[in-house]
Amino acid sequence: MTGPMPISLEVNGERVDAHVFPRLNLADFLREHLHLTGTHVGCEHGVCGACTVRVNGEIVRACLMLAVQAHGGSVQTIEGLSDSGEVTDLQAAFRDRNALQCGYCTPAMLMAAQDLLNQQAEPSRDDIREHLSGNYCRCTGYQAIIDAVETTARRRRSRAP
Amino acid sequence: MTAPPAKPAPLSVLDRPNSYIGKTVPRPNLDRLMQGRGQYVSDIELPRMAHVVFLRSPHAHAKIVGIDAAAAKRMPGVIAVVTGKELADVVTPWVGVLSHLKGLKSAPQHAIAVDRACWQGEAVAAVVATSRAQAEDAAEAVTVEYEELDAVTDMRTALDPQTPVIHASLGDNLAFERTLDAGAVDQAFSGADEVVEADFIFGRHTGVTLEPRAIVADWNVAEEGLTIYQGSQAPHMVQNIAALHLGLEERQVRVVCKDVGGSFGIKVHIYADEMATYALSKLLRRPIKFVADRVESFNTDIHARDHRCKGRIGIKRDGAITAFEIDDLTGIGPYSMYPRTSAIEANQVVNLVGGPYAAKNYRARARVVFQNKNVMCQYRAVGHPIACSVTEGLVDLAAMRIGMDPVEIRRRNLIADDAYPCGSPSGLRFEKLSHHASLAKLMRMMDYDRLRTEQAELRKQNVHRGIGIASFIEVTNPSAAFYGVGGAKISSQDGVAVRLDAQGSVICHTSITEQGQGSESLTAQIVGSVLGVPMARVRVILGDTDNTPYGGGTWASRGAGIGGEAALQATKALRRNILEVAAAILQATADELDIADGVVVNAADGAVRFELKELARIVYFRPDTLPPGIQPELMATRHYVPREYPFAFTNGVQASWLEVDTDTGFIKLLKHWVVEDCGTIINPQLVDEQIRGGVVQGLGAALFEKCIYDERGQLTNANMADYLVPMSGEVPDIDVGHVVSPTMESELGAKGAGEAGTAGAAAAVSNAVNDALRPFNVTITEIPLTPQVVLTALGRI
Repeated sequence: MTGPMPISLEVNGERVDAHVFPRLNLADFLREHLHLTGTHVGCEHGVCGACTVRVNGEIVRACLMLAVQAHGGSVQTIEGLSDSGEVTDLQAAFRDRNALQCGYCTPAMLMAAQDLLNQQAEPSRDDIREHLSGNYCRCTGYQAIIDAVETTARRRRSRAP
Repeated sequence: MTAPPAKPAPLSVLDRPNSYIGKTVPRPNLDRLMQGRGQYVSDIELPRMAHVVFLRSPHAHAKIVGIDAAAAKRMPGVIAVVTGKELADVVTPWVGVLSHLKGLKSAPQHAIAVDRACWQGEAVAAVVATSRAQAEDAAEAVTVEYEELDAVTDMRTALDPQTPVIHASLGDNLAFERTLDAGAVDQAFSGADEVVEADFIFGRHTGVTLEPRAIVADWNVAEEGLTIYQGSQAPHMVQNIAALHLGLEERQVRVVCKDVGGSFGIKVHIYADEMATYALSKLLRRPIKFVADRVESFNTDIHARDHRCKGRIGIKRDGAITAFEIDDLTGIGPYSMYPRTSAIEANQVVNLVGGPYAAKNYRARARVVFQNKNVMCQYRAVGHPIACSVTEGLVDLAAMRIGMDPVEIRRRNLIADDAYPCGSPSGLRFEKLSHHASLAKLMRMMDYDRLRTEQAELRKQNVHRGIGIASFIEVTNPSAAFYGVGGAKISSQDGVAVRLDAQGSVICHTSITEQGQGSESLTAQIVGSVLGVPMARVRVILGDTDNTPYGGGTWASRGAGIGGEAALQATKALRRNILEVAAAILQATADELDIADGVVVNAADGAVRFELKELARIVYFRPDTLPPGIQPELMATRHYVPREYPFAFTNGVQASWLEVDTDTGFIKLLKHWVVEDCGTIINPQLVDEQIRGGVVQGLGAALFEKCIYDERGQLTNANMADYLVPMSGEVPDIDVGHVVSPTMESELGAKGAGEAGTAGAAAAVSNAVNDALRPFNVTITEIPLTPQVVLTALGRI
């Protein structure tokens, strides 16, 4: 087995230097090395979406990417998005609409929803359902999540200059 | 002179100014979860913590001839490789039976298989290492020599004489059988104008919690204490079982449940690998963490609903149902699960078939057989989806046979709303249900007649849409009748302790648990309302056997109805105590005072007397200034268990509107409606979301979900790419309405709502599909309704 490799990257705006085995995936790196446990692991093969994070501006499945592939890049996790205030309104809509129950899918769901809202100011319910269709939620049945994302889109439009 | 204002009628403890009961308020403490700052068991790390990986049998049934772990033990990071024999010295085996399920038998099950593996996925050895990755590497280096044995896989032949018996000591593969014969069934069938029969087939499926089962067990040898961090629905049950099988007293075991990533009944059992993890911690004297990966989840999380049920209904031409009869067969895997057993689902099916209807003639047989597949046990709505699909499927087939509208046949047969209290042929007792009011409300919500018109129009264009209706009853608020009477140490009562802290806020400990349903919210709503303080000043603590009162936890739709009532009673007691102290301080009587918005006020005119904060300051820091003889008790504890009715039944009705593509077999769900009656509604939004989430689990069962085993007992789709679950794109919007018939047994009046959605969803969908396919003279009584099933029925493939 190849030994640890040095990587340097930015995580939530902070520089991180580490030595990691090449086989270590990004989700495990974030959770076990950086203790950013808001990135969850559900299926470990890219289906459930629970490990969704943003890498260089794009959302990716952290379980399908190796930590070494993030070398030189910029990673944002739910902790970073929360602290920067980027998704405060979306989180408030989730809270008011009870768009989470156990909350295990929620960080990734917020990540995916914010990605849609960044691309589309006026998504239809079908657009929202389509964009979130790679994020599994067993608790809610999705309707409350769709409602919360729709509400946030509407509020952002009304605030836009 | 002005007349004094008439004294207003006294308000109930719930119906007070600023009451949170019946109000949609956000659940407390969601930010933690939304910011990724929750603490699920999979997030927990302790000093010296090691990780266990279980080596699992690749065979459905095999003798373990030998295990060679020498090479694995030399690998980096490996702490121990432990076999079933070795672990049997630390943890005793168990047998999953309950005495009230007469005749139920099972064989002793070990934490790790000893000599023989009985399903693909049963653990045969544990590899413990300093990291999960190292443990997985080492597991690959363990050599196990197996001698494959014949696997019993098909439940239909499990009882045949030529089929091998899985546990020789049991004599046969029959775990449990129950029969019931109520009324005059033969006479009722012979008196019927038509008798309709069908075979209903249900796909074995599972809970697929997004967070897999996870556990950290921490044996502190110096304290002789075991702390178990586990995402369990029933912490005191875990405490009891762990202590029992590790040779400890319960006081030596603390179970802590923090955030739980989905449960649905999957996490209400004790699994062999969990027992092994407790034992490994004791053996190795350090914290051990086990987190199932997804393949393990599919192979070892309990499965459910693997039933084949023959059903028969007798009907008169005027629509009167004369009798129901069922013959149910279910395969539960090689062991009855512990400690709740795997006979409960079949038992529920017998109890619940025909439940919404007035017909008095009912015969049933249920047989539960062993097989070499993963274990089956209680999953959300235990037995209800089977009973509901059989009952409602038969009712629709009967309606079709006599040419009656499916709504009309229900109107003619559902138990009348003024017939309560009454019972069912299977012996269930109903305090108050509202089938007709619920059906009437559903008709209005869905605009039934308009949909029928639309359906007829679209049929002319070769578009095949269907409407399916399903009435149901749901078991909630179980008393000791569920488990306690059968000898299981699973509490049916719950306790709540409330105390005023030194700044006038409230700390509340409850024995119910939170997996996202809103236990914390409903408790804070009740405490805040009854005491008269803002919810934000109520802190609810759950999931810790060292700190909460003793109780059952959250399962079987019991949290709100039982834990909620305990919270109400505890808070009433605290309120009385507070008012007595306040009266002593103010030289008034307790009756003259009230608490509103955290302030002691005059009951008559609401005038502010002083803040609770001030009362707490006096009690805790200046008790010397209190009148003599006063000993304030700013903490109160109450417990509650239903005693009058074994279960608080709820009822409801669901409807599905969908389109079947007869060329591809695909089903598109267009809309779903639910009307249900869970009694007092504490938080409407939370109830609705429980219903919606439950419905979608039922929709998964209806259309997608099935654990597909081959004839050798190999699970062929143990991953989320091949086992399909409902995703956001497949699910329709769901409208939820309510009828409210509170239970009179408690002051709160709340019944459960957690399983109603799952109970009837698949039945509504199946009935809608058959309604859509009516022009083709095709009926399907099998779920999941995959394209293959639909096209096969249509004769297209």
